[in-house]
Amino acid sequence: MEKVFKRPHALCDVEFHYCPGCTHGIVHRLVAEVIDELGIEGRTIGVAPVGCSVFAYNYFNCDMQEAAHGRAPAVATGIKRALPDSIVFTYQGDGDLAAIGTAETVHAAARGENITIIFINNAIYGMTGGQMAPTTLVGQVTQTSPYGRDAKTQGMPIKVCEMLSQLEGATYLERVTVDSVKNIKAAKAAIKKAFQNQVDGKGFSLVEVVSTCPTNWGMSPTEAMDWLRENMLPHYPLGVYKDKSNEEAK
Amino acid sequence: MTHEIIFAGFGGQGILFAGKVIAYAGMIEEKNVSHLPSYGPEMRGGTANCSVIVSDESVASPVIIDPTSLVVMNGPSLDKFEDNVVPGGKIFIDSTLVTRDVKRSDVEVYKIDATHLAQKMGLPKLANIIMVGKLVKETGIFTYDEIKKAITKMVPASKPELLENNMKAFDTGYNL
Amino acid sequence: MAKVLVKGNEAIAEAAIRAGCRLFFGYPITPQTEVSAYMAKKMPKIGGTFLQAESEVAAINMVYGAGGTGSRVMTSSSSPGISLKSEGISYIAGADVPCVIVNIVRGGPGLGGIQPAQSDYFQAVKGGGHGDYHLLVLAPSSIQEMVDLTSHAFNKADEYRMPVMIMGDGMLGQMMEPVEFPEEEENAVYASKEDWATTGTKMERKHNIINSLYIDPNTLENTVIERQKKYDIIAKEEVMYEEVDTKDADIILVAYGTTARICKTAMAKAREKGIKVGLIRPITLWPFPTVAFDKVCDGKKKFLTVEMSMGQMVEDVKLSVNGRGEVEFFGRTGGVVPTPNEILAKIEEMAGGAK
Repeated sequence: MEKVFKRPHALCDVEFHYCPGCTHGIVHRLVAEVIDELGIEGRTIGVAPVGCSVFAYNYFNCDMQEAAHGRAPAVATGIKRALPDSIVFTYQGDGDLAAIGTAETVHAAARGENITIIFINNAIYGMTGGQMAPTTLVGQVTQTSPYGRDAKTQGMPIKVCEMLSQLEGATYLERVTVDSVKNIKAAKAAIKKAFQNQVDGKGFSLVEVVSTCPTNWGMSPTEAMDWLRENMLPHYPLGVYKDKSNEEAK
Repeated sequence: MTHEIIFAGFGGQGILFAGKVIAYAGMIEEKNVSHLPSYGPEMRGGTANCSVIVSDESVASPVIIDPTSLVVMNGPSLDKFEDNVVPGGKIFIDSTLVTRDVKRSDVEVYKIDATHLAQKMGLPKLANIIMVGKLVKETGIFTYDEIKKAITKMVPASKPELLENNMKAFDTGYNL
Repeated sequence: MAKVLVKGNEAIAEAAIRAGCRLFFGYPITPQTEVSAYMAKKMPKIGGTFLQAESEVAAINMVYGAGGTGSRVMTSSSSPGISLKSEGISYIAGADVPCVIVNIVRGGPGLGGIQPAQSDYFQAVKGGGHGDYHLLVLAPSSIQEMVDLTSHAFNKADEYRMPVMIMGDGMLGQMMEPVEFPEEEENAVYASKEDWATTGTKMERKHNIINSLYIDPNTLENTVIERQKKYDIIAKEEVMYEEVDTKDADIILVAYGTTARICKTAMAKAREKGIKVGLIRPITLWPFPTVAFDKVCDGKKKFLTVEMSMGQMVEDVKLSVNGRGEVEFFGRTGGVVPTPNEILAKIEEMAGGAK
């Protein structure tokens, strides 16, 4: 009998440690499908972050490096410069990418580093147990914003795609989400484009995936999806924030 | 025989280059040499100095405490290093810029109107090499030909006028 | 090859290129900036990479990434920058990634100063970053030795899959001496051929993982113990030191780098005065050359450790002498370089005490 749905080759046959309802599983799968479809697994090197997806090095079948917290874009830069023909991606959460690793993110984009970044924005630190992230919404209750994020003392959430879109070095920035089949399909198309850009030598691509964290949000998976639609998407509108991939490759 | 020479002046006078000419000549003549510059923000228009050792023995400490020769191209440098020169040592002064006399009586003093001479020759940046010319002549550290060989190797072959100008400046100091 | 007159910083850079290093990630800081400047000039012409990172933190993580591919890679900095790199160095050690790190030490703590110092000894040999790890730490004392030890550093980094540090000081970085470089064709290795590196699976092997995370304590302990075995071998096999006139000496100076050269001048002056002085110059700071002390300790010899610090290596000297002789210390710090006469005065004081 022909198998019509199977595990992508780029995904290891292991059990994930993610919580029920967590969207990391969906995004891992999309990345792996794209690697399969582009036929690049043998020359792809991934960089795992610190955060919930820290074990990503065990989940992707390609060569992997584990970075220190926030340093994935710098590690990816080192790999890409050493092996220019390889395909290098990082997979990072919001604390990793937009707090401790802001400098590395901004400068990799500014350099137009020919790498692909998958950015999971679920507005919270997951692995350490639900603390305020740079992307936590105003009023959102977390362990370290127990009275709700107060813009006066804790500042406003960072909109990564909007911020990076100001940089001339960045090639492609898109924000997607994975709350529905339709949006998952769109997310995959964006991820595929972000990898294809690298294959074509077009420079820095980042896909921000607006995601949920049912465990630390204190909700069921379906409630979390509703909360995402009602609160996250108005603040983090989906769409393409920058795309110069149609220009001539450098 | 060991020569321990301190070159000192303002940043921009070519103090480090003057020291390098001596170190380079030493290397070509297979002596043991070291060239230790001052560095940091003081180099930005402040004082600059370098310590050059040329020796038949291997160079132990590159730091010169008591120079056998001192080449100074500004007043503050004379103030700073005059007392350290070994008795019987030599002090070379750019008298265009250093207006006071040396206080010591146990050293040999050579006054060279180097900056003024360099300006008159239309080579205002080569007062340092005029000083080197006099230093070489009076210390006998190298022969004329040895220095010429060093300068020839240091100046890019693509810029023959640089070699010519440096040698003109060197000759001026050497023949004073 | 004919001798050339070069600055220490440039000598390290050229020696690295001749050792096959084609990747350099740096960040400007006095007094080591010439390493970056030299690489910036040279690398593009030979198909290599020079990248000025946004910070020392980023630079060391680029080194981690590139080193993980098995390529020869280097970074350089000076004291405050090495503090910033220390996180990355711990990760590199924990992931068994080879690389070369240069520290041209300046006075500290804090922003400190920019003049030569040796006050990063503890940071280099006792940690710096977190966790049980060591760097092979090489301390040249001449520009020629900077060249020779740079090749050595890359070879040992590859051999043991570990970060190697070349520790100089501002004086060594800035001074010029004649040196002879090895020919690149005979000297260079561009990338490790090992099978652990992340070079892409080519769909021919299981994926390689460069990682320092072991969430299970027993697994972590095992990896640390395995690494310790490597360190034990290095402590036996890789010790380097220079010994001068120790046999008949009553007082043995112990110093490394620039300070050892100043000690040699003081030593000659002391011998002129009839005081029998010798010198032990550690070239590897880790592993520390304890064996050199085993050879000379007879219960009578005294030791004088001289450093450009408030006394850091002196602790290892005491551990090595281990009660078999008196150990004294003389140091200047904050960028002040000790003079031969100061050291001589201390020697005379010790010799006087013996009478």
